[in-house]
Amino acid sequence: MSDNPPIVWYRRNKKDEPALEKRSIPAGVFTKCPMCREALLTGEVHKNLDVCTSCGHHFAMATRDRVASIMDKGSLIEHDAHVESIDPLGFRDSKKYSDRLKSTRKTSGEVEALIAVAGRIENIAVEAGFFVFEFMGGSMGSVVGEKITRLFERALERRVPALIFASSGGARMQEGILSLMQMAKTSAAIARLREARVPILSILLHPTTGGVAASFSMLGDLHIAEPKALIGFAGPRVIQNTIHQNLPPGFQRSEFLLTHGFVDIIVPRKELKATIALALRWMGTPAVTTRN
Amino acid sequence: MPPRKEKAKEAPVLDFERPVVELERKIDDLKQRTRLSGEIRREIENLETRARELQQHIFSSLTPWQKVQLARHPGRPYTLDYVSRIITDFTELHGDRRFADDAAMIGGIGFFEGIPVLCLGQQKGRTIKEKLARNVGMAKPEGYRKAMRLMDMAARFGKPIICMLDTPGAFPGIDAEERGQAEAVAKNLEIMAGLPVPIIAAVIGEGGSGGALAIGVADRILMLEYSVYSVITPEGCASILFRSDARKAEAAAAMKMTAPDLARLGIIDEIVPEAPGGAHRNFDLTARNLAAALRRHLADLLPLPPSLLKDLRYQKYRRMGAFVEAGGLAS
Ligand SMILES: [Zn+2]
Repeated sequence: MSDNPPIVWYRRNKKDEPALEKRSIPAGVFTKCPMCREALLTGEVHKNLDVCTSCGHHFAMATRDRVASIMDKGSLIEHDAHVESIDPLGFRDSKKYSDRLKSTRKTSGEVEALIAVAGRIENIAVEAGFFVFEFMGGSMGSVVGEKITRLFERALERRVPALIFASSGGARMQEGILSLMQMAKTSAAIARLREARVPILSILLHPTTGGVAASFSMLGDLHIAEPKALIGFAGPRVIQNTIHQNLPPGFQRSEFLLTHGFVDIIVPRKELKATIALALRWMGTPAVTTRN
Repeated sequence: MPPRKEKAKEAPVLDFERPVVELERKIDDLKQRTRLSGEIRREIENLETRARELQQHIFSSLTPWQKVQLARHPGRPYTLDYVSRIITDFTELHGDRRFADDAAMIGGIGFFEGIPVLCLGQQKGRTIKEKLARNVGMAKPEGYRKAMRLMDMAARFGKPIICMLDTPGAFPGIDAEERGQAEAVAKNLEIMAGLPVPIIAAVIGEGGSGGALAIGVADRILMLEYSVYSVITPEGCASILFRSDARKAEAAAAMKMTAPDLARLGIIDEIVPEAPGGAHRNFDLTARNLAAALRRHLADLLPLPPSLLKDLRYQKYRRMGAFVEAGGLAS
């Protein structure tokens, strides 16, 4: 069956791939907005949280910028930055996985596809994880799964809200079945948070698909999405190859998920921090209850 | 000879099965003769020995891709074939109480050697009509939600759960996305992690990614000898990482998706032997082997109190993964 559906995937940006259009801002004084075609001053766009000053189009945001835009200044402690991928399968495609990890570390400046921090949001203590899409498409292997699980366990221990800012093509194929099992591992940790009534906020960024969508990302108390983010189980290309039909406009975008009942609220980037803080204030500190 | 052999003959024969199947045809032809002289009888015995040895030889060195082909063999027993052999008074139950009944996922109550159990599994179809009705075992959200509803019921009545995994993957389609395929899979992972009853998952054919895992979070994970379990299909992996669908055999090998691979990676608890030549050659024998494994694991799990069962299950998944902490501490 050659049309077997790959359900986890990531792609590098390609011109022929409208679903994952390049959203990052190219270097240079001017930036052309792909939506309104306006020539924008790059510096101005950057100051505007990488949102088009003319039409509000959300460009990709560097993950470290994202962290800074959400967390209170000076409140951050990064956790588990020393947890590193190995190559458990001895995997090799056009390149050895171990070499791919090395070169990705160099180009992205990050050790892995998730940054885990403890800190504050409008003075509310949280444990937060930020996916690094720049690192192998934000794919989840053993390290990402372990860091998220530890983050959830710290949130449970400290009884502070757990937040995940998801942006990922799904499970990391180079770690095979171990990647798949991270879906179960992280979801098991979520089950404990839910039981203890610790708030879980899932912030869905462009794009969130595959195994990352089909685990903790869809298990939040709240699902908050950025406008027009691609969110879904299977990638659009896979669906098209399976059903041989054209996909409806806006398919698998934030607005589509809201209409179908899987996203609570769509929030523009500039209001994201305030909206998260409001929800956390409403939820309050979970009362201490014993498990079981 | 195996009782289900006639069924296997109707199904297409894989390349590497052909030498044995041809020998067996020859043997059958000889047996058809009205009079069997002593010489012909001896010839038959010789050929039978040769067929057995040839099969052993071929099956002792199968490639990962050949195992994928066996896992997808059109003659292979499916969930209901095992259910009918090892579950008595099986009564199928339908629907997710939300939207529909998904025939790609079957669920029902019955008795395993006298023990009341819930039995779940993806069900592929054998005829074209049945394949269509069952969407070749690719469940939609309503399938996973039916499974969840039944598991919740099993939990309330304290009944163990047996899951049979056999799917190319969760269905990737417009309607499945509209109804929240990602949420349906995710919710099952969370719920199964916290169920207070024993869960045994057995991969009987294709363990296709999240669509399989969505009924696969368990206290014990078993794999039939020639089943496979992977994060993505070899075809999907090949087209994304190898940039060519044709390199699926290479992708199958690279992903380490066979039962011995998963045992080495510490993911599964037991490999269940299949009939010589694969499960499709003898449904009954393979089902007996599966029942023997289920019996042992159920006996281990049934005495455990729910809180311990849940803790052990959490720890089981907690350990899965391979990484280093800087400083060289491996896990
Ligand atoms: Zn614009």
